[in-house]
Amino acid sequence: MNSGEILLWMILPYVAVTTFAVGHWWRYRNDQFAWTSRSTQLLDGSVLGWASPAFHYGALAAIGGHVIGVCIPPSVTSGVGITEGFYRWFAGIAGGLAGLVTLVGFVGLVYRRATSDRVRRSTTRLDYVTYLLLTVLILLGVAMTLFHTLATSSPHEYRETIGVWWRSLFYFDPNVAAAQGAPLIYQLHAIIAWAFWGFFPFSRLVHAWSIPLQYLGRPYILYRRRYAAAPTKSR
Amino acid sequence: MRIRAQVGMVMNLDKCIGCHTCSVTCKQVWTNRPGAEYMWFNDVETKPGVGYPKRWEDQEQWRGGWELDRKGKLRLKAGGRVKKLLSIFSNPDLPRIDDYYEPWTYDYAKLITAPLSEHDPVARAHSQLTGKVMDEIHWGPNWDDNLAGAPERIHQDPLTDGIQEQVRATYEQAFMFYLPRICEHCLNPSCVASCPSGAMYKREEDGIVLVDQAKCRGWRFCVSGCPYKKVYFNHLTGKAEKCTLCYPRIENGMPTICSETCVGRIRYIGLVLYDADRVEAAASTPDEHDLLDAQRDVFLDPEDPAVRRQAASDGIPDDWIEAARRSPVYALAHRYRVALPLHPEYRTLPMVWYVPPLSPIVNSLETDGYEADPDHVFPAIEAMRIPVDYLANLLAAGDGEVIRDVLRRLAAMRGHMRKREVLGEHDEAIAAAVGMSIEDVEDMYRLLAIAKYEDRYVIPKAHTELAGRLMEQQGTCGLDFAGGPGNCGAIGYDSQVDVEGFMLANEEPVELDIVQMLGEQRRRDAERGRVDGSA
Repeated sequence: MNSGEILLWMILPYVAVTTFAVGHWWRYRNDQFAWTSRSTQLLDGSVLGWASPAFHYGALAAIGGHVIGVCIPPSVTSGVGITEGFYRWFAGIAGGLAGLVTLVGFVGLVYRRATSDRVRRSTTRLDYVTYLLLTVLILLGVAMTLFHTLATSSPHEYRETIGVWWRSLFYFDPNVAAAQGAPLIYQLHAIIAWAFWGFFPFSRLVHAWSIPLQYLGRPYILYRRRYAAAPTKSR
Repeated sequence: MRIRAQVGMVMNLDKCIGCHTCSVTCKQVWTNRPGAEYMWFNDVETKPGVGYPKRWEDQEQWRGGWELDRKGKLRLKAGGRVKKLLSIFSNPDLPRIDDYYEPWTYDYAKLITAPLSEHDPVARAHSQLTGKVMDEIHWGPNWDDNLAGAPERIHQDPLTDGIQEQVRATYEQAFMFYLPRICEHCLNPSCVASCPSGAMYKREEDGIVLVDQAKCRGWRFCVSGCPYKKVYFNHLTGKAEKCTLCYPRIENGMPTICSETCVGRIRYIGLVLYDADRVEAAASTPDEHDLLDAQRDVFLDPEDPAVRRQAASDGIPDDWIEAARRSPVYALAHRYRVALPLHPEYRTLPMVWYVPPLSPIVNSLETDGYEADPDHVFPAIEAMRIPVDYLANLLAAGDGEVIRDVLRRLAAMRGHMRKREVLGEHDEAIAAAVGMSIEDVEDMYRLLAIAKYEDRYVIPKAHTELAGRLMEQQGTCGLDFAGGPGNCGAIGYDSQVDVEGFMLANEEPVELDIVQMLGEQRRRDAERGRVDGSA
């Protein structure tokens, strides 16, 4: 293992996770005011009506697929009777569909941002970085599913390569060899994803943590006292 | 019964001259900022007219406010909680900026930097959204002011639906009046109910509805959920903003800036005590025509000793209860019954009420040689230039009888005072004809016609000694109060009080001294005026 490999496969993940955690903690404490989806629907709603739900629902499904794909070892799925072949087609078709919906929505959103003067002008530098990272990740992800799971006679079983390395990170014993057994496109996707997670807390992506599920259970009308009892929160 | 106090407002539309001073001073105080250019916490609309944003009153389009489901239960018109969460990525009912207008500014520097030329230099309009030159401006604030463009547009006003033949745009037959609008600070606010993040809230002490700028996540459902379209989305900060009822001023016993600067002195601010436990039942009243009485029933009579006792035990300070007894809002809305809520059929129980305009009819009668005698006025109310049906669509869920009743009272007041002042006659019949005592008619006259500053605004100061107590707690343990769990030495000396406020993120607590000083000045002026008799 050379130093570059150590940097990419051992150090980067932990740096990214640390940045991810500390970044969120810092942002939540210090920057509540900018913690928002920063929606541009008000400025231009033409494409957003279908593109935004497509992108978000597709992305949520894709995230679910990633959790199943890299967190659950093959021994568990085969243990409950899911065959290798079934898994491949399920992952390929469901994952491919999710990826495709995400991609279509994303293209719509990028098109809108590029063509609408109002929306383009409200785009920050951080937004551009976010869009760049998402573009690369989505394209790589869709390509992986398409060329290495679906339209191939020898599908790549990423659960034996990238998946093993991913899980080994949690034991603080990174299995670099497993990751290097994956095709280059998988390696790129994984490395760029770590950069993405490290960047996440500083972008407007943080609104993902604010999905307001508590809305389902709270009373409709909220009251607050001007002077709540003894607030002692330190800043 | 759980009694709460609400700061409410009444506007006397008879006296609004449509000068927009309220809008301008409000804008300069609150929305003179990037991202807020298009927001008017206070705006004045010409009625009939399209409104701001366009056709805001058409709830079939915008789906704001509440409705009753088949079982008669109250629900948000835009749909329930699950539907909201599922459509969170693209709010189907959100107005576009073009429904308000595209804000612009001018390159004023051109006027002084342009080189010498044959023609005067021109400052061109630049969009504040794109920065680009706008060759032609198609819509802007009060674009249809004073019925401008009415022949093409007047029937885009949703309130003219079904009464088109009464609402004419030809010069001889046209009618109009002004409708100043701010946030209604509703008892049953659908914006608060629509906010998935729980960032919007109603203050327990005074009922002011606010957006917590730190908690807002920009989901935008408050904007569409408010049937009055008085919550706005700041496209730069990604947060919702709305009329604050100038709470820093109200807390100091001063009227809102729109009221303070009102040239026509049309605005009244005062407290209303209400029963918080009956709000939902009142908003669920099956027949829309009964909503007005249902809301009046939620209000509690501060002259009733039982109400005062209960209010005190519910934690309302004594001076607030006293202020509620002198409240011009309660008097106009409940005692004299001449103020009406704006669109009660939205079921939000709004708290900015309106005295409908009578003047145009009296004017037209007087030019015909009549006096404002009820004998002439009552029949003429039917033939008013402002159709009763139009006012009914605005202020009474379409119930014309409510409007006629109010206009008769106003006409009776004028008739009574004219007889007393001009003819020196004392005629009890006029007041009796509208079911009022002479004392009430004359009190109402003082409130509506004389309209002294201290009668229009009866605003008790917020009990800041509570805040003072918090200041003492700064850097100490918040659990060390009587009966509290006691010492928590783990918390260090850097502990700080979390002061809530507009744009509060990382801001220092609002310094109120200047406001306070101005308040003192104002009060001194008022007192001097009373002594001089020149106020």
